[in-house]
Amino acid sequence: METMKLERTKRVKKLAIWTWSWVATMAIATFGPEFIWDNHPFLTTFAILVNLANGVLMILANRDLFNHFDELEKKIHLESLAITLGLAVVVGLTYSLLDTTNMIEQNAQISMLVMFIGLTYLTSVIISTLRYK
Amino acid sequence: MKNRIRGLRTERGMTQEDLAEIIGVSRQTINAIEKEKFDPSLPTAFRLARLFDLQIEELFSYEQG
Repeated sequence: METMKLERTKRVKKLAIWTWSWVATMAIATFGPEFIWDNHPFLTTFAILVNLANGVLMILANRDLFNHFDELEKKIHLESLAITLGLAVVVGLTYSLLDTTNMIEQNAQISMLVMFIGLTYLTSVIISTLRYK
Repeated sequence: MKNRIRGLRTERGMTQEDLAEIIGVSRQTINAIEKEKFDPSLPTAFRLARLFDLQIEELFSYEQG
């Protein structure tokens, strides 16, 4: 079990590092063109590619962690992913519809959907975990 | 699915953590199986049956509904 726990900790740390790195490169690619390198096209393209590569590595680290889960943990996360995917599509399109029909004042923002996905997934994992306690 | 895991485990003086370590799953999974909230996969069921030196049908019983 100690080996299992150590391996789990190692994979969680790896995912945390790539996630923070992805967030940091996202911030650099977002604010760099205006505040650091004066909209230089090469540097902007380079920053975006670095961010994309970080994103791919974050996904691979997440897959590594998922593959280390046992059968109950996999079930919990798969159920949560199914709920999150369904809600993201339905709520995301409703949100877009509200924008295109001018039912909301502001434009629909992708960041709102990303936050919704994150909170839905977190809530689903907590509820599913409590169900099996 | 009903099972006799909790009784067999305590008879042998094992904790859920001990059993989880031997079977290769988390303690939470052993707890969920014992409380019959989660049915284990076939490989896990076989590992449990072998550990307690029983046939699978002696360890687990299926009740419809």
